Amino acid sequence: MNRKATTHVNQNEGLIFERSRPGRIGYRLPALDVEAAPIPELIEPSLLRDDDLAGLPEVSEVDVVRHFTRLSTWNYAVDYGMYPLGSCTMKYNPKLNERVARLEGFAAAHPYLPEALAQGNLELIKELEECLAEITGLAAVSLQPAAGAQGELAGLMIIRKCLQSRGGPRKRVLIPDSAHGTNPASAAICGYQVQTIKSNSRGAIDLEDLRQTVDEEVAALMLTNPSTLGLFEENIEEVCRIIHAAGSFVYMDGANMNALVGVARPGDMGVDVIHLNLHKTFSTPHGGGGPGAGPIAVTAELEPYLPFPRVVRETGPQGENRLRLDYHRPQSIGRVRAFYGNFSVLVRALCYILSLGPDGLREATETAVLNANYLAHHLKSDYELAYDSQLMHEVILSDKRQQRFGVHTLDIAKRLIDYGFHPMTIYFPLIVPGAMMIEPTESEGREELDLFIEAMRSIAREARERPELVKNAPHHTRIGRLNEAEAARRPVLRWKKEQKQENQG
Amino acid sequence: MRYIPNSAQERAQMLREQGLDAIDDLFRSIPPHLKLAEPLNLPPALSETEALNYFRSLAARNAIRPQVLSFLGAGAYDHFIPTITDALISRSEFYTSYTPYQPEISQGTLQAIFEFQTMICELTGMEVANASLYDGSTAMAEAVLMAERITHRSKVLIAGNVHPEYREVVETYISPAGISAETLITCAETGTVLPESLSSLSEDVAAVVIQSPNFFGGIEDVQAIAEEVHRAGALLVVVVAEAMSLGLLRPPGACGADIVCGEAQSFGIPLSFGGSYCGFFATREKYQRQIPGRLVGLAYDGQGRPGYVLTLATREQHIRREKATSNICTNQGLYALMATIYLATMGRRGVREAAEQNTQKAHYAARQIAALDGYRLRFTAPFFNEFVVSCPKPALETLDRLLEKKIIGGLPLARFFPEMKQELLVCVTETIPKAEIDLLVEALREIGEAIYS
Repeated sequence: MNRKATTHVNQNEGLIFERSRPGRIGYRLPALDVEAAPIPELIEPSLLRDDDLAGLPEVSEVDVVRHFTRLSTWNYAVDYGMYPLGSCTMKYNPKLNERVARLEGFAAAHPYLPEALAQGNLELIKELEECLAEITGLAAVSLQPAAGAQGELAGLMIIRKCLQSRGGPRKRVLIPDSAHGTNPASAAICGYQVQTIKSNSRGAIDLEDLRQTVDEEVAALMLTNPSTLGLFEENIEEVCRIIHAAGSFVYMDGANMNALVGVARPGDMGVDVIHLNLHKTFSTPHGGGGPGAGPIAVTAELEPYLPFPRVVRETGPQGENRLRLDYHRPQSIGRVRAFYGNFSVLVRALCYILSLGPDGLREATETAVLNANYLAHHLKSDYELAYDSQLMHEVILSDKRQQRFGVHTLDIAKRLIDYGFHPMTIYFPLIVPGAMMIEPTESEGREELDLFIEAMRSIAREARERPELVKNAPHHTRIGRLNEAEAARRPVLRWKKEQKQENQG
Repeated sequence: MRYIPNSAQERAQMLREQGLDAIDDLFRSIPPHLKLAEPLNLPPALSETEALNYFRSLAARNAIRPQVLSFLGAGAYDHFIPTITDALISRSEFYTSYTPYQPEISQGTLQAIFEFQTMICELTGMEVANASLYDGSTAMAEAVLMAERITHRSKVLIAGNVHPEYREVVETYISPAGISAETLITCAETGTVLPESLSSLSEDVAAVVIQSPNFFGGIEDVQAIAEEVHRAGALLVVVVAEAMSLGLLRPPGACGADIVCGEAQSFGIPLSFGGSYCGFFATREKYQRQIPGRLVGLAYDGQGRPGYVLTLATREQHIRREKATSNICTNQGLYALMATIYLATMGRRGVREAAEQNTQKAHYAARQIAALDGYRLRFTAPFFNEFVVSCPKPALETLDRLLEKKIIGGLPLARFFPEMKQELLVCVTETIPKAEIDLLVEALREIGEAIYS
C-alpha cells in the first residue's frame, strides 16, 4: 500500500489473569535456610492476609515471556521509525546508555550506602550537574526532580522561597497561552494564580502587553523557548528585562531545549530558572510514559534554595578529592522526592553528553532544526503553516485546508498510522485550531523524512478525493478508534474475575 | 556523529533545497550576540569503548555485593529480580515508545498498565489504582493533597514513624497549599501508632497518614486506627514503603484505609541508588475523579472489539490546566511494567513465598541478635523484614567496626532521629543467605564483647 508500512499478522493475547491456571509456577527461590517458625506465631493472625492473594495470576515463565512479548508488538516505537510528536523530542535512545545504566555498580547500589562507598555515583551526579550548568549557562543544577512537571514545581518553589525572603511570595504567575498544561498546573500547586498572556499575531510575547501586565504581585513568567509554536522568542532579552525590573523571575520551560543545545544558552538570555527534560533533549527513553528526569538549573542567587541534599566536592584529610552529600541547606525549599533523583536516567543522560561531546551536541541541534525546516518546506504546499516564520526544531500545521472536505486533524493523525508512522502531537498548542505539531528530531534520515512527506501529501490528496477513507482511519491496526467518551462515562479501571472482556458487538 | 543518520553532504543538499547556504541561516531568529561563539566547555566526544570504560570505572567506585554484605533497607530493598524482567522491558517497543496517547498503536503499554492497576488493587485491597507516580514519597504527597480536596480541611497528622524523607517531601508539597502537618506521636515501647492516641482527633484534620510496616519495620494496627480516624470524619492514608509486605499482611484496603499509596520498588526494580522507582496510588471508587495521574480504562471500538485507553483525562493537566488534580505528566511507565512483569512471574504463590521468607529470615536474625549480650530489640511491635536494634555502643561506631569486616550493618537511626544514637535499622530480605546473617551476628557479638571484656 505504501513504501513504509505493510500489514502483518500479530497475535491475539488476553489479559495475564486470563492465562492463569492453578499450579503453574514462574519462579524458583532458594529453599528457606533458617529455622522457620509458624508465621502466626511471629505476626498476629489478625494482621495477616486471608485471601491467599487469589487475585494474582499463576503462570509459567514461558507464559509471561509470550504474554509481554506479544503485547509489545502492539506498540509503535522509536526503533521502528519516525515518532514525530511535537514538544516530546522522540529521538533515538542509544543502546550504549542502556548497557551503561545496567552496570552492577550503579544498578545494585543502595541509596544509603555510606558516602565513602558511593563515590562513583556521587561523582556521576556532580559531573552531570556540571555539564548541564555549562549547557544552560546557569550557575547550579539539581538533578532531584523526577520529571519535567516536578522540575517546574521545584523551580517555582525556589522562586517563591526567594521572594518570601525578600518580603512576600507575591500572587501571580504569567503564562503564555501557548504553554504546556503542566505550567499552569505546577503554578497552582505552588500556590499561585495563573494569569494567561496572549501571544501576538507572530506567535511571540507582546512586549507592550507584558509591560502592562507585570506588577509587584507577579512572581514569575513561565516561558517556553523556543515556544510550542516552534519559534524562538526573539525579544527574549527585553522580556527578561521587563520581568526583572518588576522584581520577578523568568522561568523557562526547557521542553524544547533540543533546538538550542550548543547554539545558545538560556542563562545568557537572562533566564533565572530552567528545567530540562532528560527524556527529551538528552536521549533517555520515554519508556511508554516514564521514567523521565527533570533537572533544574538556576542562577547563583537562587542556588541556596535548591532541593537538598546537594552533592559537594571537598578535600579529605589526606588531601584527596572526595564528594559528600550536604544536608545542611537552611534556605532550601526541601526535598521534592526521596533519595537523589531518577538516578538510572541520569546515568544514561551523562553517557549521551559524553558520547556526543560539544561538537556532537551542536550537530544534533543543527540537524534537528534542519529536519524540521525541511519538513515545513515540503509540506506547506499541502497544509496550512500556523506561522510562516523562521522555525526552530518543530513545525506546526493546521487542518484549515482539509476541513472543507470534512477531514480534521484527528483524522489525518489516525490515517498517518496506516502509513506506518506514529501521529504528531495534535490539538496542541491550544491557540492553533486543529494544530498538528511535528518534531522530527535529528534522528531521522532523509529517506524517513521523505516517506513522511509522501505520506502527508498522500493524505492531503485522500482528504480531497476520498475523505471517508481518512475519516474512518486507521484501517490496518488491531483495533479501530476506541470510544473514549463511553470509557470515561462508565470507567472500568481494573479486571475482575467475573467480568469476561469479550467482544461487545 | 553516529546517532545522526544524515551525512554532512546530505545536510548541505537539504539546506540548498530550501534555498539556504549555511546551517547558521536556520538560526537567524536568535540575536547574534546570544549565540555561542565558542563550543561548549565540555570534554571531547568519547568513543563507545572509552565511554564504557569510563562508566565502568565510576561504577567500580561503588560498593556492592559481593565486596560488601548489606543489611540496608529503609525504603529501598534488595529483592530477587527474575531475569525475564529486564529482558522484557528491553523490548524496544516498550522502552522507546511514548505515553500511550494514540491507543490504536499503543495497546501493549495500555494493556500492561491495566494489568498493573489490577494487581495494585488486589495487593492493597482497594478499588481503583492509577498508572503510577514518581515514587513512594511523592505518592504520599499527592495523597495528602487529595485528602484536602475531598475534605476541604487543611491539617494533616503524620505519624512520627513514617519514612523521614517521605515526610520531608510532603512538607515541601503542602507548604504553598496552606496545609499544615503535625506529627502524631508514636508509642515509645511498641514503635507504632496507638489507636487510642487518635480518640480526640479534631474536626479540622483532613487525613491521618501512617506507614505500615512503619519506618522502624513495625506493623501498624490499621483496622483500629481506621475506626478512630473515621469517627472524626478524616481520611486514613496508609503508606507502604516495603511493598513486599503486601504479600503477607492484611491489605490496608481491607482494614478501612481510604488511600493506600507507596513504593513498588520491591517488585523487580533495581536499587539504582534510589531511582528510578515506581510510586503507586490506590483508593476507593467514589474518589476516582479526584485521583492524581494517569488512569487506563477499558473501551470498545466501532466493531465492539475491546481495547484500552487513557481515561478520565479531565482530571489531568493537559486538559484542566491549573484546575487539574495534579501537575504530573510523565510518570514511571516502564517501571510500572517492570513491577507488572515481576508480579506475573512470581504470581500468587511467589509473592507469598518471598514475603514469608523475608519474615522468617528477619525474625531469625532478630532472635540471634537479641540473644547477644548488650543488644536488644528496641521496639516490641510485630515486624515484617526490618527491625531496630539497640547496640551497646553508638550505632555509628558499631557500623564502622562492621565495615572493617565488609559488612554494612544497617542504617544508623541518628541520621533522622538524633536521640536514637544507639539504634540501628536492620533489614533482612530473602536474598540474604543464613551464612551472611550469621556473619553479621558473629561480628556484632565480637564488637559487643570487646566492650564487656
